[in-house]
Amino acid sequence: MKRYAIPRLMTKLLLPLILLFALYVQFHGDFGAGGGFQAGVIFGAGFILYALIFGLDSAQKLMPHWLLRIGVPLGVLIYASVGIAGLLMGGNYLDYGALDPHNPPHGHHLGILLIELGVGITVSSVMVTIFYAFAGRGR
Amino acid sequence: MSAPLSFLFRPGRAAWLFATATCWLTLLMAILLLRQVLAEGPISYPMGSWPVPWGIEYRVDILNAYMLVLVAAISAVVMSFAQLIVERRIRLPEHKQPWFYTAYLLCMTGLLGITITGDAFNVFVFLEISSLSSYVLISIGRDRRALTAAYQYLIMGTIGATFILISIGLMYVMTGTLNMADLAARLPAVAHTRTIHAAFAFLTVGVGLKLALFPLHLWLPNAYAYAPSVVTAFLAATATKVAIYVLLRFFFTIFGPQFSFETMPLDLILLPLALIGVFSASLVAIFQDNIKRMLAYSSVAQIGYMILGISFVSVTGLTASISHLFNHALMKGTLFMALGCVSFRIGSTQLERMAGLGQSMPWTMGAFVIGGLSLIGVPLTAGFISKWYLILGALEKGWWPVAVLILLTSLMAVIYIWRVVEVAYFKPAPEGQIVREAPLALLIPTWTLALANLYFGLETSFNAGVARQAAEMLLGVAP
Amino acid sequence: MQILGLYNYWIFIVLMMCGFYVVISRGNLVKKLVGLNIFQTSVFILYISMGKIFGGTAPIVINQPDVVYSNPIPHVLILTAIVVGIATTSLGLALVVRINEAYGTIEEDEIHAQDQEEAL
Repeated sequence: MKRYAIPRLMTKLLLPLILLFALYVQFHGDFGAGGGFQAGVIFGAGFILYALIFGLDSAQKLMPHWLLRIGVPLGVLIYASVGIAGLLMGGNYLDYGALDPHNPPHGHHLGILLIELGVGITVSSVMVTIFYAFAGRGR
Repeated sequence: MSAPLSFLFRPGRAAWLFATATCWLTLLMAILLLRQVLAEGPISYPMGSWPVPWGIEYRVDILNAYMLVLVAAISAVVMSFAQLIVERRIRLPEHKQPWFYTAYLLCMTGLLGITITGDAFNVFVFLEISSLSSYVLISIGRDRRALTAAYQYLIMGTIGATFILISIGLMYVMTGTLNMADLAARLPAVAHTRTIHAAFAFLTVGVGLKLALFPLHLWLPNAYAYAPSVVTAFLAATATKVAIYVLLRFFFTIFGPQFSFETMPLDLILLPLALIGVFSASLVAIFQDNIKRMLAYSSVAQIGYMILGISFVSVTGLTASISHLFNHALMKGTLFMALGCVSFRIGSTQLERMAGLGQSMPWTMGAFVIGGLSLIGVPLTAGFISKWYLILGALEKGWWPVAVLILLTSLMAVIYIWRVVEVAYFKPAPEGQIVREAPLALLIPTWTLALANLYFGLETSFNAGVARQAAEMLLGVAP
Repeated sequence: MQILGLYNYWIFIVLMMCGFYVVISRGNLVKKLVGLNIFQTSVFILYISMGKIFGGTAPIVINQPDVVYSNPIPHVLILTAIVVGIATTSLGLALVVRINEAYGTIEEDEIHAQDQEEAL
């Protein structure tokens, strides 16, 4: 793929847009259609596209293995700790309302945002990890 | 119940310590939960404070508190056993060992989740969590056939799970709810429709695949035989048991015994299947040369006993099933862990390689014999209790041929356990073979379970007593 | 008319049977996985079609009084099921890759033949 100018150029043009769109889907999730799952997949797909065009090595420079290793459990931990935070504030597990006792809707916003962030991190790391695992196998 | 933490530990040992601590802590919580349920009745816990019929509810009553204790106890003991095996036998490189513990904890989380949840769809999600991680665990085995076994299990398991998914979907269409208690309240109104009948059929087949009910058991022997012995001990003692729990929960709590056994002639289907399963699996087990495989077939037979108990649709029969769940987990755990010790020292579980082990590894083989006696159902062991209830249940119904068959298959169990004992104790060890006793780190957990076999054979208030209460609750009989 | 009106359920059944047939009949492990995927996807169609309410919009709260929303719960459920499906597929493919490395083939009967030879 290294020799073809058009795919490389298009990727360079598209990649920031894809990542930006992923972030939009991520953070707009509590008002409209979207959320962590979708955003994570879009984000991961952006990286996979990059790896396809510029080769696995340069992609791994951009998104090294150790980062993914941390990313996968980190997202789940964010999710769980938001749940436990609700527990500590006196509500039930995953009780968003308890996050901000004076203003439950605000607590809901905060809770959803953090949860979706956790989901997004995990999903995108998992997607890229799966891709690396398969692509790195034959060598 | 947070598994991912263990992933963060780089060296294998720290991850193991952490995972073991988690398991024992879970066991402690499960026991406390059971005590509370026994004292105060069912506990309900809405996730995220959403009101119950809409939000996901965790609901704990006697039956699943009992199952929670079982799963947590087995996973705690097996986890204590795992470390040496993972390091020396499976020979995972240092940096990959946390993966093993992560998969193990995920599997445990899934199993606990299935038991604790009060939401039908959540059952599916947790089922998939536990089965996906169990595919990984099985494929870790060093034999390359472990890979194909895991693949087969993956195909079968996914088909089963998808069937369960279809069935939950159909129920949702008819009732508009996913909460188990709510489903149970609304199903009778639509029970006559064909949609619900189809849902019931899909569910039976789907769960049947998961629990290796007789004609659907083909994945099980391979998966158990080629998986590492830690994994086999864990899965044999918990995974199929939880699937039986799902079956009980859906048949009795959600559909209700009346629908399951009067509208749909389920007992007439389950009874012959269970009998054929017990009989043929025991027969096949007699002719196996690999002991792990032999025990795997005997697992299929034992599952047959549990289904048999369900098909009696009486308190005694159900008590037999539920206490057999517990006892079988104990004895199969003991047997597979003893085998783990054997393969740790001699590197094989082939029957002919075990000659003379009775002298060289007396403690290991001692545990094996106790497990075996319990499997046969000799008095004073845990296995006797559930067999006793099973036969009582059969006689209560007046089905004495069934009782005779149960005794006959117990005799078959005598034969296949005896083959091992004979080779291990009465055949001289081959020349020049020096085998040492298994290390203490393996022996202690194995003997914990072996002694539990004896203890629960004498002190029956926990396994049979609680099982009886659970059975009464399922059938809706006032205790 | 009713039979035609329920066409999405017919598609569900046809797809499900196609997928199931592929899983059973093919010996190639990758093709089996493809079949399994079709089988799972058909169930997604079942769920999505039961969430549809005629005239309903996407279930996002907008400030208008009498809007009919589609039922969002099946969508949520199926999102979860899709994720599960992805996990299953990737795990299955990973197993196939390792089987290919261990046996040098992904045809079921050839693998079986190799196992038989080894046993003898």
